Amino acid sequence: MDRRNANMMIEGQILEKMDAWAGPRGYAALAKAMSPALGRSFVSFGHDDVDWVALLIAVRDRQDKAAFAALFRHFAPRIKAFLMKSGANAALAEECAQDVMATLWQKAHLFDPGRASVATWVFTIARNRRIDALRKSRRPEPEDLPWGPEAGPDQVEVMEMQQETDRLGAALALLPAKQRALIERAYYGDLTHSEIANETGLPLGTIKSRIRLALERLRHHMT
Amino acid sequence: MTIKHHLSDSLLIAYSAGQLPEAFNLVVATHVSMCDDCRAALGAFDAVGGGMVESAGEVAVSHDSLAATLALIAAQTPVADAPARPAGIFPVPLANYVGGDLDAVKWRSLGMGVRQAILPTAKGASVRLLHIPAGQAMPDHGHRGMELTLVLQGAFSDGVGRYNRGDVDVETEATRHTPVAEAGPPCICLSATDAPLRFTNFVPRMLQPLFRI
Repeated sequence: MDRRNANMMIEGQILEKMDAWAGPRGYAALAKAMSPALGRSFVSFGHDDVDWVALLIAVRDRQDKAAFAALFRHFAPRIKAFLMKSGANAALAEECAQDVMATLWQKAHLFDPGRASVATWVFTIARNRRIDALRKSRRPEPEDLPWGPEAGPDQVEVMEMQQETDRLGAALALLPAKQRALIERAYYGDLTHSEIANETGLPLGTIKSRIRLALERLRHHMT
Repeated sequence: MTIKHHLSDSLLIAYSAGQLPEAFNLVVATHVSMCDDCRAALGAFDAVGGGMVESAGEVAVSHDSLAATLALIAAQTPVADAPARPAGIFPVPLANYVGGDLDAVKWRSLGMGVRQAILPTAKGASVRLLHIPAGQAMPDHGHRGMELTLVLQGAFSDGVGRYNRGDVDVETEATRHTPVAEAGPPCICLSATDAPLRFTNFVPRMLQPLFRI
């Protein structure tokens, strides 16, 4: 058995255990229940109560300011915290958080809920803004995969993607503190590429294969 | 087209986190443009970043923050849709650096039919296009840092693996190889290094400062 298969087996076992623990209450509830035992407060992963995708689509289709305000109340303080943990001072983080939320409005039509959660998409915008703000090196983006005329993701696909993200959020919250700290340092910009481990220990195979399916759908509609 | 040689997870994480030098970013963005496996893996690592934003905690924004953001939005111009996929062999990110496709490259001869074009990037790592005629070997060299080589046309072998269009070869300090272009059209590669190459025979080493390879 090669390393990849071994990892997938371990991942399968982790996911089975998590499913059993989480039961019908879902992963956010699981992580919330576990947080006292883990000795740190659990911050909501967002998707248990509010449908962020629906709010973003309301912004995209109707320029809905109330929907935007709801997204802003949730994400702006988190973006500010994320940027401050990445080394920005409060004033710069505030300015950048506003820019990130303005970009979210401007690029709402490019968001594909079959491939990413709203939080994931917010992260990519915040990361790019951080690169600009801290004058890090230019970061060319991969070629865009535009949606075909009928290629918009279906509801089931979107729901599964959001569930997968919740599951990942719960897995992150349940990681041993030391391992989680290492992953945080990578994302807050404290590690160079040679310091980043190839193995994160996170169960990412399922989220990867979901995105892979969404890409196949896109490719199918593009040809 | 089946891509067999992919980017490592650590490179994809570093790209997702925005921690790579520009030269490497370009190779990663170009490979991901051609490879849905790595695009999906990158999506998964971006999702970890999403988890980081969700769990970063909250720092209160100023009272007029929402109003200020709505003012920014009011001043925005709409973003254009992504440009259509170019017809040539260069995916969009690379075509943007070159300013066109293969025919827009400003080559410089290295002798024996081998040509290169260094693309302008920030310090810390460098990236070049290489044009290697069929059967021609690149000089035998080792690496002090890391080297990523992405095939855009033709193929090469280095005694360990065979690399076709879309394949990316990740070499580190421990490896030493001699890539040879296979029969057929010239092999066109995009190659990034974070340290100057170290040639193992004397003459190319003398030429190194001259050619900046």
